[in-house]
Amino acid sequence: MPRVTFVSFTGEPHVVDVPVGTTLMRAAVDNSVSGIDGDCGGNCACATCHVFIEAPWSTQLSPRSDSEEDMLGLTVDPRPTSRLGCQIRLTDALDGIVVHLPQGQH
Amino acid sequence: MAAPFTAVQREAREHAMSMPLEQIDPAQPEYFVHDTVGHYFERLRRDDPVHRSDSPYFGPYWSITRYADIMHVDTHHDVFSSDWARGGITLTDPPEGEKLQMFIAMDPPRHDEQRKAITPIVAPPNLAKMEGLIRERTRRVLDSLPRNETFDWVDKVSIELTTLMLATLFDFPLEDRRLLTWWSDVATMNKKLNPDALEPHERMAELGKMLEYFTKLWNERVNAPPASDLVSMLAHGPATRNMSPLEYMGNLVLLIVGGNDTTRNTMTGGLIALHQNPDQWAKLRANPALIESLVPEVIRWQTPLAHMRRTALKDSEVGGKLIKAGDKVAMWYLSGNRDEAAIDDPQRFIIDRARPRQHLSFGFGIHRCVGNRLAELQLRILWEEILPRFPVIEVVGDPVRVRSTFVRGYSQLPVRIPG
Repeated sequence: MPRVTFVSFTGEPHVVDVPVGTTLMRAAVDNSVSGIDGDCGGNCACATCHVFIEAPWSTQLSPRSDSEEDMLGLTVDPRPTSRLGCQIRLTDALDGIVVHLPQGQH
Repeated sequence: MAAPFTAVQREAREHAMSMPLEQIDPAQPEYFVHDTVGHYFERLRRDDPVHRSDSPYFGPYWSITRYADIMHVDTHHDVFSSDWARGGITLTDPPEGEKLQMFIAMDPPRHDEQRKAITPIVAPPNLAKMEGLIRERTRRVLDSLPRNETFDWVDKVSIELTTLMLATLFDFPLEDRRLLTWWSDVATMNKKLNPDALEPHERMAELGKMLEYFTKLWNERVNAPPASDLVSMLAHGPATRNMSPLEYMGNLVLLIVGGNDTTRNTMTGGLIALHQNPDQWAKLRANPALIESLVPEVIRWQTPLAHMRRTALKDSEVGGKLIKAGDKVAMWYLSGNRDEAAIDDPQRFIIDRARPRQHLSFGFGIHRCVGNRLAELQLRILWEEILPRFPVIEVVGDPVRVRSTFVRGYSQLPVRIPG
């Protein structure tokens, strides 16, 4: 089971182990990791699972789709490292991934 | 528990369930005044979820009634346009000269640019700064309420709180704040549906006065250093500083209605929902931490904007029906929020749902409500301050509902607070 470390805006880590195929949004929401809302249930339609993923992990992800780009445009502080958690499915290769959370979801 | 089944509700239900399907047209103001539209939506979700009607008010239009189909339309802005020039976001097609140019009624890229200009004011970092002020104002308003006498909750609480908030966001003179309420009501008035509404030319004249007032504010702020209020943000933002007066007017209407009508009616709706569901009231009083899930549930239950409209840019299939380029489409959020395929026990008001935030009231996709977190914050603070203050709020009469197929709201709710 891949291990994910969510790091809150204020720097606290929250480690969860989830089955391969789980999205980062579900990994957070189903394990009560605060700071990720996932209002649309994983349809890439609300941008409330905004996260930041840095290298080396970012290089292993599939690129953003057009709809993910559109929705990230709604977030208050999009960065080059911005992703939507619902669009990233965990694989064995992502075991150990570190995911940073923004100040709030909007 | 659903709303109590009065004779009016029973009759409407029988009508909705037995009338010929092709005659169903949910966009009837009467259905909203009496709150009977839900029966018609229930029938449509079951028998004809993507349904075509020919409205005496709006002409032919499609009703999208299921959660999943609404999600589909809302997230395909490349197929379903919001462009004001094509008719915008409500079922009414205003004549030339009354079309409001606001970013909610624009497609990308212009929508995205203008929306970005105002996003920071309602984003989490700024909300954290505003929480103290909102709480202090809410306390003051609640502490000033009369005791042992009947008063109008809509006027004294819902309008007062949302208008104060809006005045703060605009840095609008507080003594004139009820002008914002008036302009919000004017903006959503529709003479076709409501004989009491202003004539269209009177309505535009009132909006002209709004523009005049706000142009003064613009001129003050464009010459001052950038500040954190909405007018200053628009006056200094690269994407908005060269807006035409009509675009400025349109965006003001958007921000005034968006920040006012919606939260106002949800503040009233929450009290009605709890009044109708005493078991949920008791649960909330026993565990105030449930305010966290109460707030999104009230927003779902109320669905203060019943629909958003789109115009098809090309032929496409939705729920097995062919929607043609140029067709008018209503996404009935109110119906999707009662869809049993997406929400467990959707007719019931339940303040501790497992996934209360999964509702359609804010819309989805690129036009999703920009003020959603502010609305939730205002509602959370309201209930956090009500609970310790008032052991009982009696609803002593029926609410008066707004005659609109767009704004699902209340003009009056008589209440009494013993004490």
